[in-house]
Amino acid sequence: MSEARAVVLERIVKAKGASGSLSEVEQMWERMPRGYRVAGERDRASVLELFEDRLRDYDATVVRCTAARVAETLRSVLVAAGVRRVGVPERIDLALPEGFEFVTDEGMPAAELNEMDGVLTRCGLAIAETGTLVLQSAAGQGRRALTLVPDVHVCVVRARDVVETVPEAFARLAATATLPTTFVSGPSATADIEMTRIKGVHGPRFLHVVLVEDYG
Amino acid sequence: MRIALFITCYNDTLFPETGVAVVRVLERLGHEVVFPAGQTCCGQMHWNSGYQEEALPLLPRFVRQFRDAEAVVVPSSSCVAMMREHYPMMAKRLEQRGGHDGLAAEVARLLERVWEFSELLTKRLGVTEVGAYFPQRVTCHASCHGLRSLGLGDGPKSLLRAVRGLELVEIANEERCCGFGGTFAIKNAAVSGAMLEEKMADVLATGAAVCTATDNSCLMHIDGGLHRRRSAVRTMHLAEILASTERVGDAGVREEAVR
Amino acid sequence: MSAATELERRGERGARGGLDPRTAPAFPVAAARALGDAQLRRNLHHATEVIQAKRARVVGEMPDWQALRDAGEAIRRHTMEHLDRYLEQFEERCVRAGGVVHWARDAAEARGIVVRLVEDAAAREGQRGEDSSAANEVLKIKSMTTEEIQLNPALEAAGFRVYETDLAELIIQLGHDQPSHIVVPALHKNRQQIRELFRREMNLPELGESPEELAEAARRFLRERFLRVPIAVSGANFLIAETGGVCVVESEGNGRMCLTLPRTLITVAGIDKVVPRFRDLEVLLQTLPRSATGERMNPYNSIWTGVRAGDGPEQFHVVLLDNGRTEVLADAEARQTLHCIRCGACQNACPVYRETGGHAYGSVYAGPIGAILTPQLQHMEHAQSLPFASSLCGACYEVCPVKINIPEVLIHLRNRVVKRRTAGLRVVGDPEAWAMRTASTIFRSERRFRAAQRMGRMAERLWERKDKAGEQWVTSLPGPLGGWTATRDLRAMPKETFREWWERRGKKTAQADAGNGTEVGDE
Repeated sequence: MSEARAVVLERIVKAKGASGSLSEVEQMWERMPRGYRVAGERDRASVLELFEDRLRDYDATVVRCTAARVAETLRSVLVAAGVRRVGVPERIDLALPEGFEFVTDEGMPAAELNEMDGVLTRCGLAIAETGTLVLQSAAGQGRRALTLVPDVHVCVVRARDVVETVPEAFARLAATATLPTTFVSGPSATADIEMTRIKGVHGPRFLHVVLVEDYG
Repeated sequence: MRIALFITCYNDTLFPETGVAVVRVLERLGHEVVFPAGQTCCGQMHWNSGYQEEALPLLPRFVRQFRDAEAVVVPSSSCVAMMREHYPMMAKRLEQRGGHDGLAAEVARLLERVWEFSELLTKRLGVTEVGAYFPQRVTCHASCHGLRSLGLGDGPKSLLRAVRGLELVEIANEERCCGFGGTFAIKNAAVSGAMLEEKMADVLATGAAVCTATDNSCLMHIDGGLHRRRSAVRTMHLAEILASTERVGDAGVREEAVR
Repeated sequence: MSAATELERRGERGARGGLDPRTAPAFPVAAARALGDAQLRRNLHHATEVIQAKRARVVGEMPDWQALRDAGEAIRRHTMEHLDRYLEQFEERCVRAGGVVHWARDAAEARGIVVRLVEDAAAREGQRGEDSSAANEVLKIKSMTTEEIQLNPALEAAGFRVYETDLAELIIQLGHDQPSHIVVPALHKNRQQIRELFRREMNLPELGESPEELAEAARRFLRERFLRVPIAVSGANFLIAETGGVCVVESEGNGRMCLTLPRTLITVAGIDKVVPRFRDLEVLLQTLPRSATGERMNPYNSIWTGVRAGDGPEQFHVVLLDNGRTEVLADAEARQTLHCIRCGACQNACPVYRETGGHAYGSVYAGPIGAILTPQLQHMEHAQSLPFASSLCGACYEVCPVKINIPEVLIHLRNRVVKRRTAGLRVVGDPEAWAMRTASTIFRSERRFRAAQRMGRMAERLWERKDKAGEQWVTSLPGPLGGWTATRDLRAMPKETFREWWERRGKKTAQADAGNGTEVGDE
């Protein structure tokens, strides 16, 4: 195997010449032109409106509320979603409504995850332009399987965590780039049957977003 | 202006009426047309079908024949694309082999003065109205090289819109290749034919009596297909429509010229 | 499709049933056959038109689309220029994060590595003492790279059942078929065909044909396996050198299932998949979804780095595959082929692909990118007809998110094919080469050119016929030129060339620079 490694690297060098040191190469990377939009231009209200629009385009539901009303908003969303047994990650740090069975995920096997009606998590970052939730294995968001196996995902997003553009999102993610990360843009879909986009082959078919607005 | 005409090998042999039309239009606009001796072919057929060695010698010939021209007009966007896209690199290659010092620089200077016919009118001369009359329903196919390599854009259609009596109808899938593709038409005849079917369907759907374009290569292919189908729709090069006036009538210059 | 056609198609596909460029018929032959399949053509027309329209819409929303393409091209070009450094960096970081990195010089070596890793994993699973029904099963996420190396037959030969989990790949697998498009592999199938397949293979005689019902059937069929099978094999869209991370782009969620639920994950990736930094994804994750499926963002992107306790597989392996990529790298004029991010936009835009579909290209990489990648991966020994399977219209170049100049590379590869074919004395027996050389000689002299025109006119008269309108046409040509008249007529050659008309008109031809006595332009 290490022989294969040596051979492949040798072939590469033979094909295009040797590279400089990694730091020289990195300097060349810095010099690459990037003329595309990095920062968004919309004001905050428009960014949030755009985010909602995009989510709805993907058949996700969106509800806004203030921080004080999260629990009651969650109650109505969970009721509307028809779920009772709801998986939650450790340290979700949300006021949970009464009347549901919240099961904390401490690494339950997949078969047990499959018994959940739905899952409730936070979300660390969202992208308005593409209607994307960015989930990482960090506090309140859970491991990846948690937001994958149950059929319903209710996701609480803080308005301050919604950025407009994809480059803005990557700037925010840079510090945690090595965490398991999932970009979720709408419920799962396929366009493999006559190019018709159908919801939910695998992964949650129903996505409900609760957008918590900040004060002022 | 004194404008040198590079007729192209296939126009010279198969579509002389297009050359005649170019001469007519430019003279009508008050320019003098010259025809440099010795010209044959730009080398596109060879270059594009993998015979680069065989194409190379045609470059210095072209440069020698046209280097002193004030402007060069070419009624074929694929030939101009050939020159713009490949002549600089070909010239460098010839220079490296020796015996062609300064060829690359000459080519760069010359190419600034080479124009496809419709862009000579719209971009170099800045005209769209050329005194033409052609009372027919016409549709315009966007030849791929003209569209993508030369960026002709709305140029050809702007010329058509200025023709008195002409009713221009848009064709669906205007930017879709007709399927000629040079030797592709022979080597992949079946696919070429299938692409032609689609293009003909779009042409016929316009109800136009004439289908035009900037390249006779496309038109030869479409014309051949329409004739096989016994369609009455004709093809005519853009230049021939622009050359048409009340005097010659709706038959354009074809009958007068050469058949 | 008739039984005869089905058999033909299986025969085309090599001993193992894969699309094999080494044995596939030449494109003109395969294409002519594909053109006879009206259902295929209808599906293709519909599918490509739908995706193209969607793409146009979401690209039209982006004021900085061209800047994104420029950046994408720069990123990929920079990567290939320093591929060695970036692969080394990726390996180091991935290993540091708990992954294991393997290198494979060619397809056979890669297959061997993957089979061994799967066997090791199966042995571990067996030792766990749990229900071992899943011990010899493997889940797969769609991966062109694993198709390229023909991995599934190797795993099956080693005693493993392989489950393709992408809906389209499942359709292909159940139908014993082959993918025909990079992004929508079952594009050549419509709902009725899929329903018949599922009814049969999933034992669902009452199954309806709406896309929703078909998707639901696939969901149930596969879900049971996701929750049970402990080994998965995937490809990768991007390998991130800076972090040692891997990115998988998908729509259905089966990727997420396979990447997080099994205990062992093996990722096979071409060495061309590497990108320098995490930040570079901000460009590619904007251009890839819009180009591939016409969406602002595809439903799911997964990025993971090595192994993380409590989240995902316990064992993670990456197999870095060469298999001819270094040869592509070695050809400076064709190197940009490796920039491809596998979006499939070129296929959707291609007027040739639109008529023939992917199978005609005889390779898992079809359409415009396939026409340049496949022969190069085959060291130019096979698939030599593919560079000619194009009218050079340039629609592919226009839509490529990383600005690969596919027509340029096609022309370059045509030259390589011709040079190979005509090297040495072989040109003597090669009619095309002989004709081309003769034509070149003719073009190098105006005197010879005019003589050829006269001779051509005389010869052509033998084939002219008058049509009902009294015009002279040729409706049948001999030999290879018969390709023209198979589907088109040809107007008879005019009696006078342009230059003859010009001379007749009395103008003198322009004088070139002072000659040396010979006719200007003669050589």
